[in-house]
Amino acid sequence: MTFVLALLLGAGLAFHALAALGVARLPDFYTRLHAVSKAETLGVLLTLAAVGCWAGLTLATLKVASVALFLFLANPTATHALGRAAWRLGVRPWLREPGGAR
Amino acid sequence: MTASTLFQAAALALLVLILVYLHRIAAGPTVFDRILGVNGFATKTTVVLLLVGAAYDRVDFFVDIALGYALLSFVGSLAAARYFERSGQPR
Repeated sequence: MTFVLALLLGAGLAFHALAALGVARLPDFYTRLHAVSKAETLGVLLTLAAVGCWAGLTLATLKVASVALFLFLANPTATHALGRAAWRLGVRPWLREPGGAR
Repeated sequence: MTASTLFQAAALALLVLILVYLHRIAAGPTVFDRILGVNGFATKTTVVLLLVGAAYDRVDFFVDIALGYALLSFVGSLAAARYFERSGQPR
């Protein structure tokens, strides 16, 4: 049981760390949007799966599953709304320079 | 290592990762970077609440708080995006 919990928590924390790395290091707003919408959603699902495994088959687990489902739907929706708003306001995406080394 | 210690360590690690989002909120060049930072901050805080609940064996209390916080942050993030889309400077 503890082994399964450690596995789920470790995988979830790895994805959370990847999302934080992307937020810290990626070059512009649209690329940071990727880190928050995808890596973080997967990290949330894995860590909440660990909490659900620990709580057993109770009403609390049902609520944890509802939190996970809500975040699974809401996090990409919110980031999509942010990206659309930024595009309409004229935030231009980052492009690599023509012929540059990056 | 017991499961409680495991959950405490995970919550502590997530609290350290939240500092990255705080940096993005403080230093993000556009206002959308800051809203994105707040959004990620709220998501991580929801997970931390549930992990703390699991560590102290009180998931049934903490899950309601986490659900309310997730709902509020989602609505707030959408409202901020809409507001700056209508009338705003991107900085």
